[in-house]
Amino acid sequence: MKKKDTNISAMATPAVGEAGKTGDWRDMRPVCDHSKCIPSIKKKAACFLCWLYCPEGVIKATIPLEIDLEYCKGCGICAEECPGKAITMVNEGEKNG
Amino acid sequence: MPENLFKVNIEEYMLPGQRACQGCGLSLAYRYVLKALRENTIVTFPACCLTVLHGLYPTTSVTIPALNCTLASTAASASGLVAGLNAVNRTDITVVAIAGDGGTFDMGIQALSGAAERGTDFIYVCYDNEGYMNTGTQRSSATPMGALTSTTPVLTKQQPKKDMLRIMEAHDLPYLATTSPAYPIDLYDKFVKAKRIKGARYMQIAVPCPPGWGYAPKDTVRIGRLAVETGIVALFEIEDGKFRFTGRTKTLAEKGNKLPVINYVERQGRFRKMSIEQLRQLQRWVDTRWNEYLKRAEG
Ligand SMILES: Cc1ncc(C[n+]2csc(CCOP(=O)(O)OP(=O)(O)O)c2C)c(N)n1
Ligand code: SF4
Ligand code: SF4
Ligand code: SF4
Repeated sequence: MKKKDTNISAMATPAVGEAGKTGDWRDMRPVCDHSKCIPSIKKKAACFLCWLYCPEGVIKATIPLEIDLEYCKGCGICAEECPGKAITMVNEGEKNG
Repeated sequence: MPENLFKVNIEEYMLPGQRACQGCGLSLAYRYVLKALRENTIVTFPACCLTVLHGLYPTTSVTIPALNCTLASTAASASGLVAGLNAVNRTDITVVAIAGDGGTFDMGIQALSGAAERGTDFIYVCYDNEGYMNTGTQRSSATPMGALTSTTPVLTKQQPKKDMLRIMEAHDLPYLATTSPAYPIDLYDKFVKAKRIKGARYMQIAVPCPPGWGYAPKDTVRIGRLAVETGIVALFEIEDGKFRFTGRTKTLAEKGNKLPVINYVERQGRFRKMSIEQLRQLQRWVDTRWNEYLKRAEG
């Protein structure tokens, strides 16, 4: 990707945050209550449907689960699809949970 | 961890902080399209929401090589890439053309039909958000009957959706499949399969679009699921002429518990002016196709 091909007049380079910090788009943020989160409870890889359905790919399927709030757009799909109701959408500005 | 759970490629080729809307069905679908196609792939696409997602020069949100082209020329652009790669003996690279429904059902159809007839060795992907969304929700031939768009703002769209799948099937392709981001693993498996097959392959992804369809971004997966559960979208593949239902559609066909289309229609603002007669017609449109599919799945 780094080598410049002189036959190409305009070549873009991959970058995280191409559209800036898309976390700024949010009015609600997802907050995970790990005591309700299936992989945290079972202490092994399980569920991770939030990871599967996040359109931005900003959920890290680790135990405990991590959400990259710098780029999460706050769509709320993860909260909607969570079978354990572990994720809630909280108004930005309010305290966690 | 999810790689064992879902058996998908763990690599992300679409980087965080891309430009598509909150809850975009295309973003979710594309995440898995790229995971399945992985390295040794080049994509080409015209002006559409995918161009927005890929980003503005000098940066891009996607780590796979990509070439922009003009709106009607997507399949021609891909044909050129295939010829060029052949000329330099790079037959290990999969060429993928991707366009929206406007760029496929309407503007790109002749280049696509040409490439399909020539048997060009590429995958053509149409992500179908049922309108020209990038320019503000204009009607396309993929827009369903009864939908409000910015060019059918009063009476709703009067004509049913064009059956692009039948048009593409008439080209006798080695592989054709329908997918939905509400079923990412079904989508992923089909793209993995498509990559292994030679010749012109056609993939259609039914992508829900929150601003264009008038529903909250959090409901993208739910709307996508309802599309399948009502039979508006049927998940299937046709491999060398052999038709097969897959995933959720397969179980719906076996159990015979397809939902009425109203369950899907009532959740979207674009259908708020749909008449009862249009609703009946939409149900008939779905049932006719569904019954044809059922017959083919048995045969
Ligand atoms: C020849 C030409 N005509 C019109 C346009 C303006 N234009 C840019 S994107 C777009 C919409 C494309 O719609 P679709 O292919 O359905 O993709 P979507 O925006 O829904 O992702 C249009 C009309 C253009 N770029 N080129
Ligand atoms: S969907 Fe819910 S329960 Fe499952 S892993 Fe994510 S937060 Fe945990
Ligand atoms: S709110 Fe949307 S973007 Fe943010 S983590 Fe959940 S699914 Fe991903
Ligand atoms: S208009 Fe629709 S398809 Fe386009 S980026 Fe927004 S949500 Fe996605």
